[in-house]
Amino acid sequence: MTTTNREALLEKLADLDAEQAKAVAGGGERSVARHHQRGKLLPRERIELLIDEGSAFLELSPLAGWGSDFTVGASVVTGIGVIEGVECMITANDPSVKGGASNPWTTKKVFRAAQIAEENGLPTVSLVESGGADLPTQKEIFIPGGKLFRDLTRSSADKRPTIALVFGNSTAGGAYVPGMSDYTVMVREKAKVFLGGPPLVKMATGEESDDESLGGAEMHARTSGLADYLAEDELDALRIGRRIVARLNWRKAIPPPAPGSWAEPDADVEDLLDLIPGDLKEPFDPREVIARICDGVSEGNAVAFDEFKPLYGPSLVTGWARLHGRPIGILANAQGVLFSEEAQKAAQFVQLANQSDTPLLFLHNTTGYMVGAEYEQGGIIKHGAMMINAISNSTVPHLTVIMGASYGAGNYGMNGRAYDPRFLFTWPSAKSAVMGPAQLAGVLEIVAQASAESKGETFDAEGFAAIKTMVEQQVEEQSLPHFLSGMLYDDGVIDPRDTRTVLAICLSVIETRPYSGTPGYGVFRP
Amino acid sequence: MLNRNADSASWGDTMIGRLLVANRAEIAGRIFATCRRLGIETVAVHSDADAELPYVREADHAVRLPGTSPADSYLRADLLIEAAKRTGADAVHPGYGFLSENADFARAVLDAGLTWVGPAPESIEQMGSKIAAKQIMADAGVPVLDAPAEPAEDDLPLLVKASAGGGGRGMRVVRSLADLEPEVERARAEAESAFGDGTVFVEPYVERGRHVEVQVVGTPDGVLVLGERDCSLQRRHQKVVEESPAPGLPEATREALHAAGRAAAEAIGYRGAGTVEFLYDETADRFYFLEMNTRLQVEHPVTELVRGVDLVELQLAVAEGRSVCVSPRTNGHAIEARLYAEDPGADYQPQSGRLTRFEIPTGGGVRVDAGFATGSEVSTNYDAMLAKVIAWAPTRERAARRLADALSRARIHGVRTNRDQLVAVLRDPAFLGGEVSTAFLAERPVAGPAADAGAPVAAALALAERARAARVVQQAVPAGWRNVVSQPQRTEFETGVVEWWGGRDGYRVGGITVVSATPERVVLEIDDVRTAYDVAVSGLVVEVDSPRGHTSLRRVPRFVDPADAVPGGGLLAPMPGTVVRVAVDRGAHVAAGDPVLVLEAMKMQHTVAAPVAGTVTEINVQPGAQVAAGEVLAVVEEAEEQP
Repeated sequence: MTTTNREALLEKLADLDAEQAKAVAGGGERSVARHHQRGKLLPRERIELLIDEGSAFLELSPLAGWGSDFTVGASVVTGIGVIEGVECMITANDPSVKGGASNPWTTKKVFRAAQIAEENGLPTVSLVESGGADLPTQKEIFIPGGKLFRDLTRSSADKRPTIALVFGNSTAGGAYVPGMSDYTVMVREKAKVFLGGPPLVKMATGEESDDESLGGAEMHARTSGLADYLAEDELDALRIGRRIVARLNWRKAIPPPAPGSWAEPDADVEDLLDLIPGDLKEPFDPREVIARICDGVSEGNAVAFDEFKPLYGPSLVTGWARLHGRPIGILANAQGVLFSEEAQKAAQFVQLANQSDTPLLFLHNTTGYMVGAEYEQGGIIKHGAMMINAISNSTVPHLTVIMGASYGAGNYGMNGRAYDPRFLFTWPSAKSAVMGPAQLAGVLEIVAQASAESKGETFDAEGFAAIKTMVEQQVEEQSLPHFLSGMLYDDGVIDPRDTRTVLAICLSVIETRPYSGTPGYGVFRP
Repeated sequence: MLNRNADSASWGDTMIGRLLVANRAEIAGRIFATCRRLGIETVAVHSDADAELPYVREADHAVRLPGTSPADSYLRADLLIEAAKRTGADAVHPGYGFLSENADFARAVLDAGLTWVGPAPESIEQMGSKIAAKQIMADAGVPVLDAPAEPAEDDLPLLVKASAGGGGRGMRVVRSLADLEPEVERARAEAESAFGDGTVFVEPYVERGRHVEVQVVGTPDGVLVLGERDCSLQRRHQKVVEESPAPGLPEATREALHAAGRAAAEAIGYRGAGTVEFLYDETADRFYFLEMNTRLQVEHPVTELVRGVDLVELQLAVAEGRSVCVSPRTNGHAIEARLYAEDPGADYQPQSGRLTRFEIPTGGGVRVDAGFATGSEVSTNYDAMLAKVIAWAPTRERAARRLADALSRARIHGVRTNRDQLVAVLRDPAFLGGEVSTAFLAERPVAGPAADAGAPVAAALALAERARAARVVQQAVPAGWRNVVSQPQRTEFETGVVEWWGGRDGYRVGGITVVSATPERVVLEIDDVRTAYDVAVSGLVVEVDSPRGHTSLRRVPRFVDPADAVPGGGLLAPMPGTVVRVAVDRGAHVAAGDPVLVLEAMKMQHTVAAPVAGTVTEINVQPGAQVAAGEVLAVVEEAEEQP
């Protein structure tokens, strides 16, 4: 049985690797070779050189655009890396994919990166080389796309430095990325930054011109002043970029806990693969997950997990733990269903975390709030609303991991994407939809049958079976992690065994800016 | 066994209370050690370059000799005697090298009313001229090599030697008559600069001879003969490995050698410690007098270990006019290896730099006489010897094994040495079989330890762990962690790139299992064999020590500021040294290979030649300038191809 769980999850992880490999492959072998021949590096190669040696890089939304007509990854790499000891949001166009042109998924991905940078107070380093917008889909890009430049200058106004390293084309609208950045570095003979190229200028004013005089790095460094630094080559641009960050005089609001002041988890992280059932109908004990992602027992952490209200609302586990030495509060589904007790317990626990300024971690495996006359009469909506109220107005940082099921209003109450957790990651074992595919199809059938009967028609059960299967299939597909991640409904699908590391990075990043619990909530209906 | 010296009454009777050692580094420290044991106070002298060396700290008093070059410091007899007076020293020990065989200095010491720990100035003079010495020895019945007056083709090869020389300085082998004249000239120049005496002579060169020497001590009661040493293992006529007793010597020959040594010492009424050097032709079982060194030899410890004596103590006793008593027996076997700061792979170029770590294990019959310690700066101003490592054991094979082991376990970082070569020699079956000759090293390729694929990997992973330990954020996140894996981490050394992957399961490297990694120690499993590597980092240099050997790697920085890049056509100093000559003027046209300037480091002159044909656009140095390795000395701009 355990091998089955492991096998099933390993297969999903292999799928994940294969999909992420598509993003890494960018525009494909020939395009990559051509790019390399020009003495240029790929976005991830640039990032590897930009960040501190051996430091981690948490790539965000790597599956953006999955299932669309565009290449997985959406021709841009975004993620959090450490440069000269400073956690930065890094965005890097992938010029091997259609010249780095932006498509609708590109803008969504870049906006999400900007949102993370804003919420967590991170400097942004843009590695620019993009041929502009994908013209066939311009209608989805052009109008919302302006936000990109607005985000850059607002970042600057918020004292979150913005640095643009321009490696190639950055023309038309793209010219505003260096234009709006605090610092710009341009690579000699490679960077090209202008509003209108020679043909457009000729059409507009009749003037004869060339690329260099309109937007060369040398011109911008010596004449226009748009470039603050002229880099000799790509490596030099990355070197200068690192020096700029080194001189930001960056200070985090909360210093990190002393290294070595905590212990690794008491249980083996490998077991996580055995723990998650292949069939999500089977519940699993989230305490087993907590024991594998939170700090183990050590001096100063006498108990790894102090459970709160263990005897009340047992379908939701709440309690306190530490992760890489940082205190967190955890809400984790234990039995799938949320009852009134669980909702009330959650609302109280969220308030307690806000009282003590403790970040919260939500571990999803929920099929939603309980339905039925007894529960409706018991006030399940009222209590669910309390939970959503508390979570919506909570101001301590929230982290969400969708481990298994995340259905219905359970997704909301457990701080799903719409509730803007600082970070949200998904395990390959997850599924998320308004309800389970079979239930949804069944509901559709009942509704259709009732409709037919009300019109006095006979319900064609056999004929509906085909529709039911199709709907079931579609909902199943659309509730899978790759699809949801492709829609930017999470920040990435991760190997469960990396959860601790991912959360540790997120908690560290969160400490860039101060945070505190909320002074008030919406009206609670007791 | 002692022949009572005829005029023992004239040997004097004094008591040394405070001894000045007119020398530096290893030998100064060595003499101080005996002084401390005997209760004699010590005075060190030091040049500016040596101020921080251990021997200066070890001495009770220290006097600075301003300047760096030997001529400004250790060769300044006036300053040395002045130092002795100022510090109240009542005796002077000259050590070896420098003024140890300078009769005028010995006289000046005596004239100043100080005790001279050495032979009579007359003895120094008699033996100081090799030409005169040979005559005295020939008269005393000691076999000598005949120097041909007019060398012919049949006399080749020949050896040109400085009459006042020692330690291989000014010595040159001539294999064609046409070379004789210029080599004599060069030897003369070298001798002039090194000893202030340009006299040279020529003698037949015994190609595969052995160098065997006899230790004598002239005492008030007669000449003591303390056995012989074999010093055949040489490079560039400088001894590298010495031992006692000499291996495989027929007993009769040994006795004859000892007798010849005694005869030599007696011929000049020698007093104190001295060494009579012979060239031994193994094939013919014949030996010839080479020279007599009227001082303590570098390799004296091998004699001390097999004879159970302290030669410095004997020297002091003789200087005080006391009789000495030593056991006549030789016990076991002792081998000394000279650890030099030099690169055997690059024609023994002297090396300089800071010894970031210098630890040689002692005990178990291993003795270390070192002039340097961890943190010491090694300059090329003086002899390149860092330390002598001497091992004693009941047999020669066991002594060699101990010595090789001590050397291989030593931690020597920051400066390249001949350690690997020494270990290879000591483990060489030919050496262990007693096949030693002066040609031994030249006939063998410079063997380093077999290349170890683990060393660069260990270096890369230790560096990664170091970087991790130095992090200010995300400290406990595994090195090189990626949620989307696109490429390995790369750690670049000048000798190659190590690619590794990090992550939750630790480090992964192709073909090697990483057992554990910390900033100082990496354990790897290669072909099912587990090896622990100790890693030390100093700037860009990464030093890796393991049972598989020592490897020094140099990191290639990730980024180089273009402003710091070396100009093309730049001529870099191949080693630290002094500019002796600038051959061209700025603006001169040169052909590729034309000498641009000449650099002297240690005893060698190195010509820095134009790499390409072109114009000399920059000359950054003048004669006399001290330059560091890698310094841009001049720039030659390549000429445009003429159509």
